[in-house]
Amino acid sequence: MLTGVPTVKQTAVYVYQTPVRIWHWVNALSITILAITGYLIANPLPTLPGEASDHYLMGNMRFFHFAAAYVFIVGFIFRIYWAIVGNSYSHQLFTLPFWRRSFWSELVHELRWYAFLEKEPRKYVGHNPLAHLFMVVIITVGGLVMIVTGLALYSEQTGLGSWQDELFGWVIPFVGQSQDVRMWHHWGMWVIVVFVMLHVYTAIREDIMSRQSLISTMISGWRMFKDDRP
Amino acid sequence: MAMTETFYEVMRRQGITRRSFLKFCSLTATALGLEPAFAGKIAEAMETKPRTPVLWLHGLECTCCSESFIRSAHPLASDVVLSMISLDYDDVIMASAGHQAEAILTEIREKYKGNYILAVEGNPPLNQDGMSCIIGGRPFVEQLKEVAADCKAVISWGSCASWGCVQAAHPNPTQAVPVHEVITDKPIIKVPGCPPIAEVMTGVITYMLTFDRIPELDRQGRPKMFYGQRIHDKCYRRPHFDAGQFVEDWDDEGARKGYCLYKMGCKGPTTYNACSTVRWNNGVSFPIQSGHGCIGCSEDGFWDKGSFYDHVTNTHVFGIEANADKVGIAAAGTVGAAVTAHAAVSAIQRIKQRAGEHHEENDKT
Ligand code: HEM
Ligand code: HEM
Ligand code: SF4
Ligand code: SF4
Repeated sequence: MLTGVPTVKQTAVYVYQTPVRIWHWVNALSITILAITGYLIANPLPTLPGEASDHYLMGNMRFFHFAAAYVFIVGFIFRIYWAIVGNSYSHQLFTLPFWRRSFWSELVHELRWYAFLEKEPRKYVGHNPLAHLFMVVIITVGGLVMIVTGLALYSEQTGLGSWQDELFGWVIPFVGQSQDVRMWHHWGMWVIVVFVMLHVYTAIREDIMSRQSLISTMISGWRMFKDDRP
Repeated sequence: MAMTETFYEVMRRQGITRRSFLKFCSLTATALGLEPAFAGKIAEAMETKPRTPVLWLHGLECTCCSESFIRSAHPLASDVVLSMISLDYDDVIMASAGHQAEAILTEIREKYKGNYILAVEGNPPLNQDGMSCIIGGRPFVEQLKEVAADCKAVISWGSCASWGCVQAAHPNPTQAVPVHEVITDKPIIKVPGCPPIAEVMTGVITYMLTFDRIPELDRQGRPKMFYGQRIHDKCYRRPHFDAGQFVEDWDDEGARKGYCLYKMGCKGPTTYNACSTVRWNNGVSFPIQSGHGCIGCSEDGFWDKGSFYDHVTNTHVFGIEANADKVGIAAAGTVGAAVTAHAAVSAIQRIKQRAGEHHEENDKT
């Protein structure tokens, strides 16, 4: 180089618009609360002493679950809206180009990168194919399953004739009975928990190891590339 | 003429006084949650409407529904109701037997075509050509189909007729199926429970006979007035649930204080029935009141849903028998360990790579 100083060229693309970024963090928070309160609804904390009227622990636990659930649901609906009006990267969460051969070959490449079989990862302006696949399957499909089963369970307490019952009550006989709905809702939690663990790990790892920015992208919206090579 | 005989006439003939009859009418109105004026309407209906016969068939079952039914809280109610139905066909409590009894079925079918109610206790097994349940020398499923063909509506008594119950539990060797899987062209009223509560049974049948219509049903075909809510919604231990006060062991302080039985596997939160309001044995008590969780006896397939004593029950999904939390915690632990290992390997790789890059850069300058 001319100056003798090693230059690291960075090009930047605006990827995640503000609403998507806000949605991401609100959604992450609501899922965290849902998983913790959900686990504690199924496995309540140790018994409290004294009069029943002195406490409302389980009631609060359920209240926070339902409050976070509505945030999650409204966020989900908003995210669908934003996929329609937002930029092209905002569609990714709801579309999976499985018909494209390149998608699968890039997916294999990404897997090989994680298995230490590739020297370097490819660059992606949007999601890499592996992240893309997991997000669509776990967050979009999985989130929908949690919402549908969750509202079906909620209809049990709002009662026959409530909107939750009118819209989602059919889920209970469809799945079997109330206990089965609870079971699927509960398994769903573990699927999402495992996804979040992998997601957070890979986000941090790729932020360091890959050729592009990640965490800062979800904060500022800009995708930075660490080199100029394709 | 038999067709014009009213309920009232039949009851009087059975030795029921007018006074008792009127008491029964007001009792029924109250039991069904109707306003007082309805007592008069019920009386009028029973005095003027021609009697609707009820045929009560028994398939594969333990007869607990009949046992429950004849113990209805108010002796009057059961007397009256029994006098209405014992006239026709019920192979457990009728006087006639053999060919004489079977002849009644044919007679009612012809005489009251499309106008009688079929109550079914138990269910038909289909394997071995239905030979696991024989009535009058023939498979029960045949009798059921024949009698159902000309009926107005079917009442499925108990969990057997409604869902299949114990005889249909895994692996169901006789292939016992609920009534609605065999009879598909008639309205079916499900009155599940093992057994159903006596007052619920008499309430449903009286409603149908007096008003000549089917009570309002929910999605699964259960009368809303008795199955519209869960045990948990009306449980008197609910304040302890909301507070977070649970029985953790059968002999702990919480058990003595009557705390919530959720952690002992109470199925109240998933069970639709009237136990926590109507209760059992003349309203004396119900399982939770006596210190044991609900086992969910009125729910579909309750025998096959894992332990009665766990909230998060074992499931057989994915070919393993385990509960969601055990699998989930194991999976999260494994992924956590894998992530840590992967991170370590990644770090080593990166150090190596860095060293390589430095060499390159050094080479350039
Ligand atoms: C409950 C927790 C979380 C959930 C459910 C979640 C979910 C998601 C989803 C659905 C996306 C796709 C966004 C879109 O296309 O609209 C995404 C992207 C992203 N998330 Fe999360 N997230 C969670 C927590 C986190 C945390 C804690 C971090 C930071 C360490 C993080 C970092 C990122 C990054 C960097 C991206 C962009 C990935 C890319 O550029 O391909 N997430 N996340
Ligand atoms: C990521 C999302 C969610 C997670 C991880 C989650 C987790 C859980 C868990 C583990 C349970 C306990 C199930 C059991 O008893 O075995 C539960 C219960 C429940 N959840 Fe969710 N849930 C989520 C979303 C929702 C949503 C969107 C709703 C909709 C309103 C909802 C409504 C409920 C209801 C009504 C219950 C039953 C509460 C009770 O028994 O009192 N959940 N949830
Ligand atoms: S004892 Fe059972 S039905 Fe009653 S509040 Fe507790 S969990 Fe609900
Ligand atoms: S409390 Fe539950 S198990 Fe007991 S009779 Fe009622 S529905 Fe059946």
